[in-house]
Amino acid sequence: MSADPFAAPRAANGRAPDVFRPDGWVPMREYSRDEPVDFVVVGTGAGGGPLIARLAECGFSVIGFDAGPYFRPLEDFASDEREQEKLYWTDERIVDGDNPITMGGKNSGKAVGGSTVHFAMVSLRFRPEWFRSRSVLGYGADWPLDWREMWEYYGQAEKALSIAGPVSYPWGPKRPRYPYRSHEFNGAAELLARGAEALGYAWTATPLATVSAPHGASPPCVYRGFCRFGCSTNAKQSQLVTFIPRALRAGAEIRDLAMVGRIETGPNGRVTGVHYHREGGWHFQPARNVVVAGYAVETPRLLLASANGGFPDGLGNSSGLVGKNLMTQSNQAVFGVMQDEVRWNKGPQALAITENWNYEDRKDFSGGYCWMAQGPLPVEWATIQTTSRGLWGQALRDEMEKYNHQVGLKMVGEMLPDERNRVTLADDTDQFGLRVARVTYNWGDNDKALIQHALGQMQMSLEAVGATEIFRQENDTNHLAGTARMGDDPKTSVVNADCRSWDIPNLWVCDGSVFPTTGGVNPSLTITSIALRTADRIRSMAARGEL
Amino acid sequence: MTEDPAGRYPGYDVMSKRWTLSWDAATRETIDRRLGIPREPRFFTPEEWRTLSAVCERIMPQPADRPPVPLPAFVDQKITDGLLDGYRYAAMPAQGEAWRRGLAALEQEARQAYGTPFDELPDARKDALLTRMQNGELTGPVWAGMPCKLFFEHRVIPDIVHAYYAHPAAWNEIGFSGPASPRGHVRMGLNRRDPWDPVEAVPGGDVEYAKRKNADVG
Repeated sequence: MSADPFAAPRAANGRAPDVFRPDGWVPMREYSRDEPVDFVVVGTGAGGGPLIARLAECGFSVIGFDAGPYFRPLEDFASDEREQEKLYWTDERIVDGDNPITMGGKNSGKAVGGSTVHFAMVSLRFRPEWFRSRSVLGYGADWPLDWREMWEYYGQAEKALSIAGPVSYPWGPKRPRYPYRSHEFNGAAELLARGAEALGYAWTATPLATVSAPHGASPPCVYRGFCRFGCSTNAKQSQLVTFIPRALRAGAEIRDLAMVGRIETGPNGRVTGVHYHREGGWHFQPARNVVVAGYAVETPRLLLASANGGFPDGLGNSSGLVGKNLMTQSNQAVFGVMQDEVRWNKGPQALAITENWNYEDRKDFSGGYCWMAQGPLPVEWATIQTTSRGLWGQALRDEMEKYNHQVGLKMVGEMLPDERNRVTLADDTDQFGLRVARVTYNWGDNDKALIQHALGQMQMSLEAVGATEIFRQENDTNHLAGTARMGDDPKTSVVNADCRSWDIPNLWVCDGSVFPTTGGVNPSLTITSIALRTADRIRSMAARGEL
Repeated sequence: MTEDPAGRYPGYDVMSKRWTLSWDAATRETIDRRLGIPREPRFFTPEEWRTLSAVCERIMPQPADRPPVPLPAFVDQKITDGLLDGYRYAAMPAQGEAWRRGLAALEQEARQAYGTPFDELPDARKDALLTRMQNGELTGPVWAGMPCKLFFEHRVIPDIVHAYYAHPAAWNEIGFSGPASPRGHVRMGLNRRDPWDPVEAVPGGDVEYAKRKNADVG
């Protein structure tokens, strides 16, 4: 086995890890710190990964920075919940507000490939109306993007990630069939379908970013069920095994274990490069453009921490909105016990879905939600039992023994933007001396109404399949969005439709931070689609001399 | 609760799959390290260790017919190795300080309520104190502003319970099929069992059959 990926950078000396071969290497171009590159991209996840690859393929010189290590899944990933916490961003963040967000594995990754290394692979398109949710649906904020254009980029993203999904999708406008056939259902997915049928709702196989047939060096998924702890076979189409290898082939450099601490600006008010910590010291990489793609906490943290005399409130923050309108998604669940053996840990956790309540507007709250089948592994299942029911001691042991008979449904629900929910800088500092993020969150009345509606619906579905001993997990949240929203007006947004800062023309943000609203589906496919669009826009603008 | 003293999955030992296609080298190494955890405290003082051990025994009581999972050692290791959670409530100190203060406070509450060290209390009284901690009812001076309810929910429970259910002994009890790389799973639907999945002894069913099958998982 190769050296510890945390001990020293692996991407160095003209080579980067070959993620498809134990101990393997692929050649990597390296750029000098003495000359500016065209683009520095901070973060290599669902937003940064595609952008690095596409910009490099367009001929730009690009360096992608990631604070995390560069894994080779085949040799570095164990089939183990605890060991694989090494994929998460577990550095300290302070949480407060009425409903503090549980940070870590559910919403933050720290690795080349970002959170996509441990994401649940759920790859859904937004409902078209969500891009105009203020004008059409009456809540939140409008996006500056047209859904028809996004439909095109969703198609590109689904192809690039070899999404396995159904032939026809039950909701929304027509979309092409998914590139790969959908996955077989496990017991938990069968029960979702049966429950949805009983309620009269459509259901389908969830479009997933794990291949159902070989693709390149990726073998078909073998249904280990450890997806959210890293895929040790490379079936999962994470950024680590898709766009990042493409980026290297196109001449991009990746710098792993490289924490960017500050973006520098010059006398003309443009950014000039990034200060980053790697191999025990601080360095400066000059760049003609900087793209921040660190997700909804690290992105505003970096923009705020880069405040200087010219930009006393942080970079790109003339609107005052950097860090504000943080959104998470409601991730509540209902669980029960079946007479049947379900063995819900087999296969991806979310094999079946109903988006009924994303597309049904006859309800007395704003926003939508979907729910998916569940299959938590033992540590996570114990967490749910303890946090939802307060169990410990013998009572907990007795409940845990029912593991193979459990069934569950978990929502992904839309929370509304609210300026009180935000990321700021705390006084505490991290291992680099950088101020840590303070994450403040409060659920609004609409959020609470949506959650209660979903819990009631999921409970009806479980009752319809004969589940007993039903209980609710009332307090869980997952994905993040907001904090650097895109818009048409510099006064009410941080970046424009091209993810370009209104204030600093060579500063860009390309991750879930740009979402004005978060929708009722997992965000990664939308992040990737926006990144693909941004790359095309940058190429067009460069051709016209508009960078 | 299962009636059979052999448990719900009699004779199942996930470790017997160690050299099968369900375990790869990275997993074997991970579990070996876990089973070989140092048993002596590195962070905690002997006094703290006594209180912590008593807390672990009540939060996660263990059967007498096998060596216990060394839960205090896992709590100690998490602090010693600096494994963080990724977030901290604004009202909570860092994890090592939280544990130090929480254990000292629990000790003080035990002496104040019953005039006895926590670890010498009968189980019912230990549980009563832990329940009051869970309900946010302990407010002695040693807590020094740390909410006992947050300490219970965000330190005591996760640090002990997560360690337990990450251990093969716990997987045997709940019938978790365990590590699954490179082989994964093949039989996916309801009431389907792969030959490497454990067999449950259903109440009134054939325990010997389950034992026989479980002796042969892999």
